[in-house]
Amino acid sequence: MSFKRTLCAATALSLITASGAFADSHSATITIATVNNGDMVRMQGYTDQFTKETGIAVEWVTLEENTLRSRVTTDITTKGGQFDIMTIGMYETPIWGANGWLVPLDDLSEEYNVGDILPAMAGGLSHDGTLYAAPFYGESSMVMYRTDLMEAAGLEMPDAPTWDFIAQAAAAMTDRDNEINGICLRGKAGWGEGGAFITAMSNSFGARWFDENWQAQFDTEQWANTLNFYKGMMDASGPAGYATNGFNENLSLFNQGKCGMWIDATVAASFVTGDDSTVADSVAFALAPDTGLGKRSNWLWAWALAIPAGTQKEAEAKQFIEWATGTGYIEMVAANEGWANVPPGARTSLYENPKYQAVPFAKMTLDSILSADPNNSTVEPSPYVGIQFAAIPEFAGIATEVSQEFSAAYAGQQTIEEALEKAQAITNEAMEAAGYQ
Amino acid sequence: MARSVSPRRKLINTTAAWAIGLLIFFPILWTILTSFKTEGQAIASPPIFLGFDWTLENYRTVMERSNYGRFLWNSIIIAGGSTILGLIIAIPAAWSMAFVPSKRTKDVLLWMLSTKMLPAVGVLYPIYLLCIQLGILDNRVALVVILMLINLPIIVWMLYTYFREIPVEILEAARMDGATLKEELLYILTPMAIPGIASTLLLNFILAWNEAFWTLNLTAVNAAPLTAFIASYSSPEGLFFAKLSAASTMAIAPILILGWFSQKQLVRGLTFGAVK
Amino acid sequence: MATKASRSAARLMMAPAVILLLGWMLVPLIMTLWFSFRTYLPLRGGDKGWTGFDNYVRFVTSSSFWPAVQTTLIIVVGVLIITVVLGILLAMLLDQPMWGQGIVRILVIAPFFVMPTVSALVWKNMFMDPVNGLFAHLWRLFGAEPVSWLSDAAMPSLIMIVSWQWLPFATLILLTAFQSLDSEQLEAAEMDGAPFAKRFFYIVLPHLSRAITIVILIQTIFLLAIFAEIFVTTGGAFGTRTLSYLIFQRVLESQNIGLGSAGGVYAIILANIVAIFLMRIVGKNLDH
Repeated sequence: MSFKRTLCAATALSLITASGAFADSHSATITIATVNNGDMVRMQGYTDQFTKETGIAVEWVTLEENTLRSRVTTDITTKGGQFDIMTIGMYETPIWGANGWLVPLDDLSEEYNVGDILPAMAGGLSHDGTLYAAPFYGESSMVMYRTDLMEAAGLEMPDAPTWDFIAQAAAAMTDRDNEINGICLRGKAGWGEGGAFITAMSNSFGARWFDENWQAQFDTEQWANTLNFYKGMMDASGPAGYATNGFNENLSLFNQGKCGMWIDATVAASFVTGDDSTVADSVAFALAPDTGLGKRSNWLWAWALAIPAGTQKEAEAKQFIEWATGTGYIEMVAANEGWANVPPGARTSLYENPKYQAVPFAKMTLDSILSADPNNSTVEPSPYVGIQFAAIPEFAGIATEVSQEFSAAYAGQQTIEEALEKAQAITNEAMEAAGYQ
Repeated sequence: MARSVSPRRKLINTTAAWAIGLLIFFPILWTILTSFKTEGQAIASPPIFLGFDWTLENYRTVMERSNYGRFLWNSIIIAGGSTILGLIIAIPAAWSMAFVPSKRTKDVLLWMLSTKMLPAVGVLYPIYLLCIQLGILDNRVALVVILMLINLPIIVWMLYTYFREIPVEILEAARMDGATLKEELLYILTPMAIPGIASTLLLNFILAWNEAFWTLNLTAVNAAPLTAFIASYSSPEGLFFAKLSAASTMAIAPILILGWFSQKQLVRGLTFGAVK
Repeated sequence: MATKASRSAARLMMAPAVILLLGWMLVPLIMTLWFSFRTYLPLRGGDKGWTGFDNYVRFVTSSSFWPAVQTTLIIVVGVLIITVVLGILLAMLLDQPMWGQGIVRILVIAPFFVMPTVSALVWKNMFMDPVNGLFAHLWRLFGAEPVSWLSDAAMPSLIMIVSWQWLPFATLILLTAFQSLDSEQLEAAEMDGAPFAKRFFYIVLPHLSRAITIVILIQTIFLLAIFAEIFVTTGGAFGTRTLSYLIFQRVLESQNIGLGSAGGVYAIILANIVAIFLMRIVGKNLDH
């Protein structure tokens, strides 16, 4: 009967086409997992150039940040070997490097000039002095503000403002009738979103995640001060629903002219002065604020390319890393799209280049990066490395849950005291489970 | 059902049904419209409904950035393959449950459904490790099998309920005439069950197409379907509503079109034996 | 009617499905059970040996456990109530004679074809965004302060999104049930002067009971496992952390496979409690 034959044929067909997957892998193709940020998407656009130069084909797996993290972490911890290059950050690199999961990048070529990588970046991407990931771009955080609104408010932004000044300026710039919010900050749950911001901010208020015995510190006055200040300022001068705003949400608000100030990653500077921005002509920059305790509230981060140990295509992967994170790539992007669009924050030579120094945000970006010290990030001593995170494997999980409690407090669903109490419990519970206490 | 009603009543029905139908469909319509806007127009305040400059720019960007054809092909292979494979395994099982029921038939059915209740995240690591051992990560055949297993209980259940509605007398008559088991299955039952099989096929194709956990976590390049495609367009830096809408439209369009063409079949067949 | 031969043939025909599903159930289950008794921290050197019931105790005593169970049940029950009630009303309407019935039906079932990830993204960004979302524009149009849906009303928003996805399914099944309703019986009741409510509760609802049972059963299976919608919209914040999301956090964010596996075992137990409860009702209803 024809039905049976159709069924058989269909099955056979589907299995044959499906097994075609086996034939797809030829030696000169590398697979790269990356995040869907603007600079990476731009890099994908130049892949053909790399293939032309080296004969190595590239397959991209581009994922949204959270999905990427869980995807590559699963793969590296189980040694799945799905990727030849992974895009990871300053948090993952030292931990994975210590576990021996990454190929040390200690034999890169002479022309690549490892010494040119900004020391703060190289330090954060190394374990025991060995570099495990090459920074594609690096960032700190700083204040981005609207000069026109600042002027209208009759204020002048110092190069190194305090939090009190920021709060005052935010209140002065807020104009709810015209949908202008004095300040936009991250409040979204997630350790890399609002969690990163509030942790960096807390440093400037003298708070820390752990004391030297790995005891959680959320029951301290400093944390209460941080959250009260943040919530007070945001309730008065922040946008509606700030408890769910992350980097992207704030970027689009700022670009639409709905924020007076925005304190976030330095890489945003090229977006807010770029084509998509309606306020590009009236943006200026300042260092992230402090409270006079000796620490500012800026962080340090790099998106970097690393090679998982065990890949068959280590040599090709290294070739790609040298191409993408080298000076040649920067020059190529500069030639095609202008200096403002090159990946920032990774190389010393970029900031010594007079052409790049002419870019309005170059100096403030470098100053911010240079003022961040992951090894000494808190006012009181702490046992961990990292500014907006603590470089221990448990941190991502703990901080995501803690930031969820904070976000619930921002949204007014619980008090700050309740949120801090829960944060303290969550953190100590997890640290005890991990055997720290 | 041909019930005669007054034109006034019919008009009221029509108006109400269309209003609700459009309301339910609106999010999809809005996504499709947004996909033809520029990023600026996509977030314009007040929102623009139709009077914008229609552009294909977003689609061009998405096509340039992603190998849409490969994602689409993988989705078709995985959803289609798993559904067909599932039917091949489920038809005999459902047949025997429906026509040779034993005391335990219902228990077996319910047990099958309960295997769907294992939370996927909980077994991600075991399954991932298993796939590494077997060397079947990022492999379409593996995904076909896994999605088949995930949907098999639903397939068996649906077919079972359809088969049960087929009158046993016909089978007995055929047996009297000396039909073998094979003939009975192929020439009598299957044709009668075709509508049921068709709607089972449709429903499971949709379920497999939309499965977003295993298809995302067990693939990289070669086997990545549209669920992975969409993951690269959710919340990137900068304005993204229009590009996201274009990518979303591209991800759901094939299944939406299929669904529309087979709507009658789906409405008729999706009974799960609920109708007597 | 069955002979011995056809019985064994039947068993043979069931075998592939049963064996495959048994394997699909047992292999992950045994691995989950195995991991749940071990300290398995991939970022801290992997499998570090037996811990007995530590993971089970830790998971269940965590302050997040009971709220997560509660959230799971609220979502399942909330979505079920909304989809069944609206589904009945909608099916009743769609069953009436009207112009363009086919097109309306298409419009109504369309959400079922949309991937959960896509629908969550669309709702979150294009409708519920408190600044650029369509709802915010609508609210402002009427002079109201836009609502931050996904923080201030996270659970209702989530339930709404999921209900939107599953309403078509419920409507479809209920519609087929309506179409088989004996209209003569209804008309006779109407002639006898039975009020609408009475007709509905004594004739229509009993007729629909099987269909409603099926809707509840199938949807519960899928709703217990919803993940993408939460991952995309709230990331588990604002009280939307379900049991399966909590397990995701333990396994992938905290990288504690042992603890997550213990959570998986609890989730299986919860699912089975719900299942047994459901099966009782279903079993009764399917026996006609």
